[in-house]
Amino acid sequence: MYHNRLLLLGALCLAAVAAYLFTGVKGSLEFALMFRGKKLLALLLIGAAQGVAAVMFQTISGNRLLTPALMGFDALYVLILSAAVVVLGAPAYQQLDPGLLMLVNATLMSGAAVALFGLLLRKSAADMMRMLLTGVVLAVMLRSITGLLQRVIDPSEYAVVQAASYARFSRAETDLLGLSAALCLGALVLAWRMRHRLDVLALGPVAATSLGEPPLRGQRGALLLISILVAVSTALVGPVAFFGLLVSALTYLVLPTHRHAILLPGAALIAGLVLVGGQWALERVFAFATPLSVVVDFLGGLVFLLLLLKGVNR
Amino acid sequence: MSRPALGLLLLCLLFVGSLFVGATPLVPADLLTAEAWALIRDSRLPRAFAVVLSGAALAIAGQIMQLIARNRFVEPMTAGTGQSAMLGLLLVSLLMPGAEIGVKMALAALAALLGSLGFFAITRRLPPQEPLLVPLVGIVYGGVIGSTAVYIAFQIDLLQYLDIWMTGEFSGTMRGRYELLWVAGGVAALSYLVADQFSILGLGEAVSLNLGLNYRQVVLSGLVVISVVTGLTVVTVGAIPFVGLVVPNLVSRIAGDNLRRSLPLTAMAGAALVLASDIFARLVVHPFEVPVATVIGMIGAALFLWMLYGRGQHVS
Amino acid sequence: MIEVQDLSYRIGTARILDNVSLSLPRGGILALIGPNGAGKSTLLSLMARLLPLQQGRITVDDLEIGRCDDRDLAQCLAILPQSVQAASRLTVRDLVGFGRYPYHRGRPGATDRQLVEEGLALFDLLPLAERGLDTLSGGQRQRAFVAMTYVQDTDYLLLDEPLNNLDLAASRALMARLRDLADRKGRTIVIVLHDINFASAYADRVLVLKGGRLVADGPPEAVISSALIETVFETDARLHLVEGRPVVLV
Repeated sequence: MYHNRLLLLGALCLAAVAAYLFTGVKGSLEFALMFRGKKLLALLLIGAAQGVAAVMFQTISGNRLLTPALMGFDALYVLILSAAVVVLGAPAYQQLDPGLLMLVNATLMSGAAVALFGLLLRKSAADMMRMLLTGVVLAVMLRSITGLLQRVIDPSEYAVVQAASYARFSRAETDLLGLSAALCLGALVLAWRMRHRLDVLALGPVAATSLGEPPLRGQRGALLLISILVAVSTALVGPVAFFGLLVSALTYLVLPTHRHAILLPGAALIAGLVLVGGQWALERVFAFATPLSVVVDFLGGLVFLLLLLKGVNR
Repeated sequence: MSRPALGLLLLCLLFVGSLFVGATPLVPADLLTAEAWALIRDSRLPRAFAVVLSGAALAIAGQIMQLIARNRFVEPMTAGTGQSAMLGLLLVSLLMPGAEIGVKMALAALAALLGSLGFFAITRRLPPQEPLLVPLVGIVYGGVIGSTAVYIAFQIDLLQYLDIWMTGEFSGTMRGRYELLWVAGGVAALSYLVADQFSILGLGEAVSLNLGLNYRQVVLSGLVVISVVTGLTVVTVGAIPFVGLVVPNLVSRIAGDNLRRSLPLTAMAGAALVLASDIFARLVVHPFEVPVATVIGMIGAALFLWMLYGRGQHVS
Repeated sequence: MIEVQDLSYRIGTARILDNVSLSLPRGGILALIGPNGAGKSTLLSLMARLLPLQQGRITVDDLEIGRCDDRDLAQCLAILPQSVQAASRLTVRDLVGFGRYPYHRGRPGATDRQLVEEGLALFDLLPLAERGLDTLSGGQRQRAFVAMTYVQDTDYLLLDEPLNNLDLAASRALMARLRDLADRKGRTIVIVLHDINFASAYADRVLVLKGGRLVADGPPEAVISSALIETVFETDARLHLVEGRPVVLV
């Protein structure tokens, strides 16, 4: 039904990619392409991860205002990182293989997220709001603990942690690309295979149960995938508060359907378009005045308020 | 001993104890020396007063906000009031850099008021059957205003100031630098005069009107108290989360919801919580210290979760 | 055949169901009646595994609730819960289409589509098929959900107070359709009703619950009596026999 729009989005995304790669090249085209190609890949991965994670999370929580970032998924990531620096010390930490670090971090985070939310789901399956509020407060707590750790360590170590606690699209960690791409694509494939189940889960727990799709199992599976996606994205650029919200809101606007077969790729394409197009505009058109993450947060926040005022909170 | 007297005793002990905690060693035996008195007069005593005043005032502001919102899970610092104060302060620093501290303060409080009005304008549209949606919206609303502030601060290179305002700490408190907090404390204390009217607000607009209350006026005066307290605290010591959230909840379990009776307890408990946290903040990495906001972020969040799950069913 | 053995359910210290045992053979309409808080909805929810079993055992044909595969059960038993959340962006056709999900798991075939069209036609939903659920009236939405449950094509249909949002004509139309399903397709329909007169007019068998216990069971003419109204519902409404069936005068 909305396949034409998906195709259009794909074309726009390709156009943004081409603009990003080929405009304003000074000197060797080959070098520029290689350098930009890595960053481009990172941006596309982050976009797909954040967009798909946000849509999935909103489906299983039945709430259009919440995203993994709001629930503290990336705060958990930064905390694990800070704890590692404190425990190992900055020199030892910097010696570690970043790929290994990311794998360990992603595993710990998925484990923690599934254990935590799994427990909450068992305890208060009917009370999604309470669970979500718990997540938001836990996020504050996690950030406070991270803050405490960061004060305890000495300034040189602090610099190491700080680099990981702020989003920076322009300096994505391209070293980790191969591993990130593998993890991310794996999770995306599994998310795609869940698309029909997500359609049914979106009907609410009662209807899903009645149709033979146990909601707890589906929620747990989705949470696992969401953790992996957020871990990858956070490892690449750091936390992005409102990006997921911006993307999911745009997705529902452009693709007003309940079918995840359309929504999931749509969200990935829109996220890619926003990131690549935005980065292109900032780098080439506005000459780097403001980091993209700040602009994205600002826009995401405005979208949130608009949604709220229009009363779209289901 | 009665509960209030016991609380007062605990508070006094904490207060005196806090005078002897800090980077410069000080024990009661030193009190005979003049340097010790100078240290106490210029640094330790102002700090203790600042802590007590901001703790008490924030707890009262939280209590009033909860009554107006008719929701036990909101507080000014996380629901946009604190962030609005920062935004206002930032704009003042940008547009009128030479303004006097009093003017800055007034404009910060005004921004806080506008921010709270915005919050209540949004929450009025939320479905009443979902009480937990209100604090969620508050936190995100606060986050949005906060990120606006970050955006502006980034543009004009004031990110460092914002960082200071965002994490409350008392390490810089000295004689001559904290006195505005007395105003915050005074405004919070004034609210005791209209405590009954605030109690009635908690029963809702219909009941308030039925009892002949000028609903809008009482709500507005409550918002003024919240905004002044929040604005002044942010300007002098920075944002301290969770005090306004957990203290009124804990107190209302013990003393009920009649403010005439519970407000003094709320003030005491708020002061004691911040005082204890500040002492901890000074001791944990002695002789350095961590911001009190960080300590309260952890303790407060843990208390909040306990409220939500321990007897959470009764507080919504 | 649905078999319920020694079923108890409590929330906190409150006993919602207290040692209920019953067996419902295939076919016919069975009405669950009783005063507010008698445990009717809980019983229905337990049968449909919407609530976890605490004590007792329920089997639906050869499937045991709590142990059997959810998908198998979804092909055997469908429930229409009391309050249905409407996912706003669905059209009526989408919603009814979800009734076939237990069979096709997201890949509808020709038979599935045909059954959906039949369901839409049977419940007069064809003119509304492309409308969004959020644009419908309460009664129309209710009809769409009933149609979805119908399309699920199960032997057992559980409905929790389906007449809640319906006016007299719509209520009678719905009950007549259910009657038809029971008579001509041999479906077994378990329905929670508030209005005793509807139970007496359409049900083959009436189960009366009070305080979590089964207090009466039998055909409506035998069960619904002045004594029942007085002892179970604790009110003194009078009862008349009209054309051979009991009618409560409110």
